[in-house]
Amino acid sequence: MIDLIWLVPLLPLLGFIIIGLGRNVLSKPLIGILGSGVVLGAFLLSALIFGDVYAARQAGEAGSFTISVFDWFSAGNVNIAMSFLVDPLSAIMLLIVTGIGFLIHLYSIGYMQKDEGFGKFFSYLNLFVFFMLLLVLGSNYVVMFIGWEGVGLCSYLLIGFWFKNKSYASAAKKAFVMNRIGDLGFLLAAFLIFATFGTLEFSGIFPKASTMVSGDGMLLLITLLLFVAATGKSAQIPLFTWLPDAMAGPTPVSALIHAATMVTAGIYMIARSNILFTLSPITMQIVVAIGICTALLAAAIAITQNDIKKVLAYSTVSQLGYMFVGLGVGAFTGAFFHVITHAFFKALLFLGAGSVIHAMSNEQDMRSMGGLKKHLPITYLTMLIGTIAIAGIPPLSGFFSKDEILAHAFVKSPMLWTLGLIAAFFTAFYMFRMLFLTFFGKFRGTQEQANHLHESPLSMTLPLIILAVLSAVGGFLNVPSALGGNYGLGEFLAPVFADSVSHTGAFHLDHSTEYVLMAASAIAALAMAFFAYRKYVTNHEVPQPEGAKMGLLTKLSYNKFYVDEIYDAMVVKPLDNLSVFFHRIVDRWLIDGLVNGVGRLTAESGKYLRLLQSGNVGFYLFMMVAGIVALLIYGVMKF
Amino acid sequence: MDGIINSMQGVPLNHYILFSTIIFSIGVIGVLIRRNAIIIMMSIELMLNSVNLLLAAFSAYSGDPAGQVFVFFIMALAAAEVAVGLAIIVMVYRNTRSLDINTLNRLKW
Repeated sequence: MIDLIWLVPLLPLLGFIIIGLGRNVLSKPLIGILGSGVVLGAFLLSALIFGDVYAARQAGEAGSFTISVFDWFSAGNVNIAMSFLVDPLSAIMLLIVTGIGFLIHLYSIGYMQKDEGFGKFFSYLNLFVFFMLLLVLGSNYVVMFIGWEGVGLCSYLLIGFWFKNKSYASAAKKAFVMNRIGDLGFLLAAFLIFATFGTLEFSGIFPKASTMVSGDGMLLLITLLLFVAATGKSAQIPLFTWLPDAMAGPTPVSALIHAATMVTAGIYMIARSNILFTLSPITMQIVVAIGICTALLAAAIAITQNDIKKVLAYSTVSQLGYMFVGLGVGAFTGAFFHVITHAFFKALLFLGAGSVIHAMSNEQDMRSMGGLKKHLPITYLTMLIGTIAIAGIPPLSGFFSKDEILAHAFVKSPMLWTLGLIAAFFTAFYMFRMLFLTFFGKFRGTQEQANHLHESPLSMTLPLIILAVLSAVGGFLNVPSALGGNYGLGEFLAPVFADSVSHTGAFHLDHSTEYVLMAASAIAALAMAFFAYRKYVTNHEVPQPEGAKMGLLTKLSYNKFYVDEIYDAMVVKPLDNLSVFFHRIVDRWLIDGLVNGVGRLTAESGKYLRLLQSGNVGFYLFMMVAGIVALLIYGVMKF
Repeated sequence: MDGIINSMQGVPLNHYILFSTIIFSIGVIGVLIRRNAIIIMMSIELMLNSVNLLLAAFSAYSGDPAGQVFVFFIMALAAAEVAVGLAIIVMVYRNTRSLDINTLNRLKW
């Protein structure tokens, strides 16, 4: 079954081509079925392939298969083939991408029903799934880079889907430009990798790398560049400002791209290259530092946001920061576990938010919501499960994955654990704030909106239910031994991270300490949940409307710590001025001056040269004689 | 033959050169200054003939007949050129009723 791996990315690609070409001629139901069907087919194949890998792991093998589909090109010493690597890591990513992708395609049938760009939307979604599959399946950095760039492109197409709105289009442009800055890091890293290892295939690089000494200068440079690429794709400091703006796209896009799949590409890439990072402790420390700073910064911004999608966007940035902290402290399985659980509950939360927005006739401001519990029961229930999961309250999935990262962080440095705990405080608070403002209390919207409140159709609520179930039970994939489990996921992924673990040593933490840590984070989450309940439900507090006076900290948080404005002043304005300089001075004066000057020179000299043609025969004769005399003199001079 | 050459070499070659140069200059000045087309033709003839003279002198002084053969060519050429030149002058006169070259300025810009 693994031989059919090439079919998995091919199906969405075919979907893209057929729907893309026939977007104006095919009927909407047909497009919906075709678009979702190809992803469902890919998911079923991925499940079978996962089964094969699982069986191989159970039998004790490494479970890693490389399938070369075709030779692409060779130039000199470089031989690049389109080859796919199926191993435990990519098998799980396959399931996530195709599984959650399918649920979101299903959801989009209902959500985008009235949109005239329905066919275009589904073709873009299929193209995105194709590129994401290339990214996770690639067995060398080149195929991964094709997927890497491709998902950036699809992100641009989908964020700017309603392109007639100027601010949406520039949000798409911003996302793409920031992604490209990261892509430069990826390319440079790929060049350096080729220079150091002579190949771009993972199977050639990683064994050779594990023989290198820790702290090697070349590895440091490579990993720093790869991390720059990851900050661009996974929205970390300093390249994170595109993600909140990306909420301009339709909500299924936010769920698929900016919650479940594309933003996790950075994590996947680092997890795949884990041996390179383990041998560069300086890079790991930088990863941790940036991860925790991003987690705290984004969480601090999220607590004052009033747009329901912006809260979720900053929450995504914050959770991605958590995952990077996990990677940086060596908890590769923990970080990847958090990727999986985050995909479940964040996609759920975004789709739920979409359901709310749909019911509220496209209103996104939570100050106009309230009391939706009785109108949208299924949405409320599923979002409640998602909120409990993300806050890290046991026994839902978020608790297990967050706790594994925090435990590893504690072993590295208790200070880091404390900061992570503070971020968890914030997370619980703003998520429950969002839940209470939206679903509890009295309805604060207009009468128009109240008349249209309705629960979403089955095509939208079914994915919500499935994701809620996954968010609830997903934690049991990787139960730690302290709670009597056997680290199922950790065991499954062991061969992928084996080299790194052999370098850093296995993870040890007293069970008693671990119980204390777990209790601390669970109590923190519950405490903040009650605090939020008291503030927004018992005391009926509602965030202030626009333009109200705010305290300094609140103002800083509400205005996103002015990061966009800082970037504007530091980067955008100087570039604009440079561009104006080039336009006015270099282009108009210098270059046009040169070109026009040549023309004018020719015309002017012609104006004077024509005076030689006086028509006077005597003058002509004189010039002839003068010329001959000159020639004679020249001839005499020469000899 | 030798007798003729000997008596010819009684006159130094420089005299011939000087003489020829003066006549050539007179011809050139005539071409540049005179306004009558026929006088210009005559001055051109003068230039050609001065060159003929010089060629013949050099030929005599070095005993090489090639110079005199060249004179034949120049004479034939001069004849042909005069024929064509006079034909042009006739046509110019028929069209403009004058031989003043200053009236032929239609090639002005």
